[in-house]
Formats: sequence, structure tokens, C-alpha cells
Amino acid sequence: MNKLIKIFSKRSTWATPYAIFLMLFVVLPLVLIGVYAFMDNDGAFTVANFVKFVEQPEAFNTFIYSVAVAIVTTFFCILLGYPAAYILSNKEFNRSKTMVLLFILPMWVNVLIRTLATVSLFDITGIPLGEGALLFGLTYDFLPFMIYPIYNTMMKIDKNLIEAAQDLGANQMRVFLKVILPLSMPGVVSGIMMVFLPTISTFAISELLTMNDIRLFGSIIQENIMLSDTMNYGAALSLVMLLIIGATSALGNDSEEEMSHGGII
Amino acid sequence: MAEVKVEPGGNIIDIKHVSKWFGDKQVLDDVSLCIRKGEFVTILGPSGCGKTTLLRILAGFDTASEGEILLEGSDITQTPPHKRPMNTVFQRYALFPHLNVYDNIAFGLKLKKEKDNIIENRVRRALKMVGMTDYEHRDVNSLSGGQQQRVAIARAIVNQPTVLLLDEPLAALDLKMRKDMQMELKEMHKTLGITFIYVTHDQEEALTLSDTIVVMSEGVIQQIGTPTDIYNEPENCFVADFIGESNILNGTMIEDRLVRFMGTEFKCVDEGFGENAPVDVVIRPEDIYIMAHTENAMLQGRVSSCIFKGVHYEMIVQLANGYELMVQDYNAFEPDTEVGLIIKPSDIHVMKKERTCNTFDAVVADENHIDMLGGTFECQPHGLEKGTEIKVEVAFDKIDLTDDKEDGALEGDVRLILYKGNHYHLTIVTDNDDYLYVDTNDVWDDGDMVGINILPEDIRIIHN
Repeated sequence: MNKLIKIFSKRSTWATPYAIFLMLFVVLPLVLIGVYAFMDNDGAFTVANFVKFVEQPEAFNTFIYSVAVAIVTTFFCILLGYPAAYILSNKEFNRSKTMVLLFILPMWVNVLIRTLATVSLFDITGIPLGEGALLFGLTYDFLPFMIYPIYNTMMKIDKNLIEAAQDLGANQMRVFLKVILPLSMPGVVSGIMMVFLPTISTFAISELLTMNDIRLFGSIIQENIMLSDTMNYGAALSLVMLLIIGATSALGNDSEEEMSHGGII
Repeated sequence: MAEVKVEPGGNIIDIKHVSKWFGDKQVLDDVSLCIRKGEFVTILGPSGCGKTTLLRILAGFDTASEGEILLEGSDITQTPPHKRPMNTVFQRYALFPHLNVYDNIAFGLKLKKEKDNIIENRVRRALKMVGMTDYEHRDVNSLSGGQQQRVAIARAIVNQPTVLLLDEPLAALDLKMRKDMQMELKEMHKTLGITFIYVTHDQEEALTLSDTIVVMSEGVIQQIGTPTDIYNEPENCFVADFIGESNILNGTMIEDRLVRFMGTEFKCVDEGFGENAPVDVVIRPEDIYIMAHTENAMLQGRVSSCIFKGVHYEMIVQLANGYELMVQDYNAFEPDTEVGLIIKPSDIHVMKKERTCNTFDAVVADENHIDMLGGTFECQPHGLEKGTEIKVEVAFDKIDLTDDKEDGALEGDVRLILYKGNHYHLTIVTDNDDYLYVDTNDVWDDGDMVGINILPEDIRIIHN
């Protein structure tokens, strides 16, 4: 009995189911992607899939295009989200936190449903779907993910710092540029991570909003993976995307660490 | 209340009848104060007395609800903080975490668009002044509390303000560091020659540093004076109790130079109170002479406790008639020793009593009740008509306090406790912000929530 209690009180015992879960559903698929990416249809080792990615302009161009779309979406999200977060962080405007709730509320609705709603909106108003609709939809979908982290870091800025800046001769504009903006950058970095990376890999949203006209990198992967004779190529594309996301995350983490070193997070 | 009178030319700041409300709570009540150029002024008071609010109004972070503030004769009441030639040292340092030491200090100068070499010169000089040379490239978060405060001081003085505001700058430091910094601040004040306005709740710090001390309580200035004045000639019980240790006793001024307290008559040096006037008497514990023989003593008693305080011993002496006195002496007298006490006439400080009983406005509610202080009390209004406005008096010792606030006709909290030798004198603030003064033998703590009851026969009606 005592032995049993001892086993159950150990942290490692509790970690076991999670470890098994992670092995089965995260590590194993990753390994499989890695393996499939370096195989041809007969199961022999090859790097042809990667050569095809660089040589065949279609997939490569889509990749570049997806990155461009992600950059533009992120840009719009910062443009709209930063002022929103700044206004929300002002206690005068946001005494009951209702405003924050309203901004976060769309996150409770499934992204596909929201996208379908956007499509109907465009249909009703008679605006043609296409690139514009895609950017609008993506910005609308990801905006809360930009606002929330920025809002959070702004709420944590010590009000004494703002008073200290005023005391040293800074008017409202200077207080913003010299104190609030630099101190809210960690929030912007988290926001970028939460908008830019998922945007590259979306697939259903782009198809719905452009009537299958524009395909993002996510769609290309999905199409290739679905067909058995291009499955290995799809795996290679996945691997490429994974490495790029990994690299950007690492960069993001670095700069975030630097910021938190500044005592913000 | 009291204003320091100086020739108008020498004043750098004039605070005129400033009041401040936050919602319906009044935190400053008609505060007037003149500050001379180059003075080290300390605003001293317990937490919640309004001292920080006054400083924030001077800095421009808050605006006065009433009254005006003049800086060298010009009105700055509505001037935003960035246009005031003053700088603040904050209690929690408020250094910019994204900037290093150099950039923190240069912040103000860069905003003024000073030339780079001028900025560099002045930052270096400021760093030298606070003893932080060679720290300019350090990250502010890697500094200790004391170092951070030095940087905060450098960041303020580098702008050469006409007035430096300091909001409890040493409160977060440990005792030893605080003592060192006090000396450095005093030295800095001498070197810079600018006006320092310093806020603190630490009376010792105020006595050490200041040219002038402003004692505040409940949003009102209680006394303005030099450290010696404040210590030796407190104007009321609050000041006497807040600054240093003191024995505060009820007394009667029999005639000029003769006062009676603790059942004994004493010669003193005060005059002009009139005959048989009720007064408060203050005797500092170090001014009472204690000795082993009792023959020639003015008072006899028995030591009930003796504590070593480093330099002196602090003893409580119990007199035969029930009074207790605190006595400080370099010699220890063990508990239960019979001792004699002598008090010199010049060491007895007599103060006019601010009040001798509670006076309230009331309205007759019906034959047996009156409304006052936001509650209804039973009493005999003697056939006065309903709705008549009257004044009532209640003696200090006729107010009953209950532990459970539900048991009282009113609720309130204990704000200020004075020990008067054989009883406690409490100030109670009700939920309606009315003040009650209570004499009691029960022990209460500051901040206790109490129920308040008054018996019908103890309410004395004065016809208006």
C-alpha cells in the first residue's frame, strides 16, 4: 500500500500518460513526416522531393506568396490592433472590461464559421471575393490574437514610469514614443508570433474567401498529402514549413528574452 | 492653521487654501503653506494624511479641487507636469527598465534637445554626485535598491530643477542604508542649493533632514516649524504624540505658571491660559528625573517595566494614584523598585485643549428620539417640536464602544489613540466621516471597527 502511494505521489508517474500521448501524436507523426519526405513512391531514399520544391515554381511561388500574405495580414493586425490595445489599456475607457470582452468574443466562434459568415457578408454587399476578401478575412480572424498580448503588456506598464516621463519634461506624444511604445514591444512580438505563423499555414480560409482562386501554402500541402502518389512531396513541403516556422519562433524567442530581460514580462 | 510668516520676496512656492477631493472623500482641507527658496521642507504625517497627495499636486500629477499654487509668484495650479521646473524622486524609483543608467539619467536632457557633449558632461557630474561613477552602462535592473534610488536622484537633479520633490525616497531601503542616504541627501541639498520638498512618515528622518517640518494629519496641517520647535513646543496632542515619545496628560491651568495634573500641582513656565482652564500637558520621557530615594521627589512610584533601548533605558513608572509615566534614563531601575520622580518647570509643556467634550448637530425626530451623525438616538428632547435643529454635547467618557459593530447605533473605526497616563483618548471616525472623541480604559487598536452607543441620559441638549 505504502509503495503504491509512493509511486502515485511521484511526479514522473503522473507524467507517463502525457509522455505516451506526446510520443504517439506529436513525435511519431513528426518522424513519419521526416521519413516520408525523404522517400519516393517505392519507399527508396531520395532528395527528389526537395529538389522538386525548389525547381518547380508553383509550390515555391505559393510559398513566397503565402509569406507575403502573412506579412500583410500581420501588418494590418498591428495597424488596427495596437491602437485598440492602447485604448483598452486606458482604465478610463475600460472600467468594466466590457470592451476587452467584445474584442475577444469572436475568438469563441470557430474560425470556419466566422469565415463562412465573412463570405456571406461579401455576397450580400456584392463585393467580389478575391485577394481583398482574403486579406480582410485573415485580418478579421487573427486581430484578437494581436490585440490581447499587446493589451496585456500595456496593462503591466507601471503608471509611475509614465508619471516619471512627464515629470522629466515629456508631453503626451513623447511619453508614448519614449516609454509606452518600447515597453509594449514584447506584446507586439507575441502578437506577431500568434498571427504571422498560423497565417502561412491556413488553408480552408483562403479557399473559401477566394472561391478556390488563391491557394496558400497550407492548401498546397493539403492537396499533395491527400493524393497517394504525391504524399511524399507533401511531406517534404510540410517539413520545409516546419523548419521555417521553427526558425522564426527561435528568432522571436530570442528577441522576447531580450525584452523580458528589460523587466517587462 | 499656522503659517510661517516670511517676507514675500523669499518664497519660491506659495500653496494657498488648497483642498482636494477624490469623489466625496476629502484628502486635503484648506492647506496653506509658504516654502522659501533653498529650504529643506519635510511634509510629515502618518499614512493617509494627505502628504503624498499634496506632493502630487505640486508635481502636477493631480490638480487641486480648490485653491491655487504659485511658483515664484506665477500661478501653476493648472500647469501640466512636463512644463513645471520641478523634478520628482519616486518612492519606488520608477526607473525606465528599457534604458541603461546613462539613458535613464539623460532622459530629461535629451527631451530638452541638449547637445550630446553637454548631456554627457552633466550625466557624469550627476553620477559623481550620487557616487555612481562608472555605472553608466549598467542595466538598471541589475542594481540594488540603494543604487537604483541613487540613479533616480541623479535623473532628477541632472535637470537642475528649481524644486526637487522627494516622495518617501528612502522608505524601501533598510535602516543602515537609509541613514547613509539621509546624510548624502543633506549634503546634496547643501551643494545644490535648491529647494527640497520631502515627504515621509518617519519622524526621525524629518527631524534629521529638515529646515522646516510640516506635520499633517487627516488632510490638515497641524503645525509648521523647525525640528526643535516641533519637538519642544508641539501645538497639539497629535504632534506631541507623533514626534518622539511623550507623556500626554489632562490637566488644569490653575493660574499663570501653575498647573495641576495627575492630582498634583506643578510649577511651570506657561502663562496666558486663564484661570482653571482645561489643558493638555506634555512631558518628554527624557525630561523626567528618576532616582532611587523618594524623600525629596515630587512624585513617588514603582517601576513596572524596564527595557534597554541601546543608549538609554525606557521605564514605565506606576504612580500610587493609578497614573503611568514613561521615563527614559541612562541608569536602569529594575521592575518593582520604588523610585522618586522630579519634573523641572521648564520641561512641562502646556497646550490649550482643542475640545473638552463632543458637540454634534442634531434634529429632533420624535418625542423620544433625535437624529444625529447619520443614526437615531434615544433621548429626551423635552417637548421640542419635531424637526427642530439643536446642538448636543456628549462627554468623552460617556460614549460606549462595542466590539461588534452590529451592536452599536453607529459604526466607526478607531483612527488615533492617545494614552493619557491612566486612560486612552480615541478619535473615532464614523462611516459618515464624523469625528467622535472617546475616553476609555479599554484597549483598542488603530483601525479597529467598532459599534458606538450613547445612553439617553448622557446626551445633553443645548438649545440653538
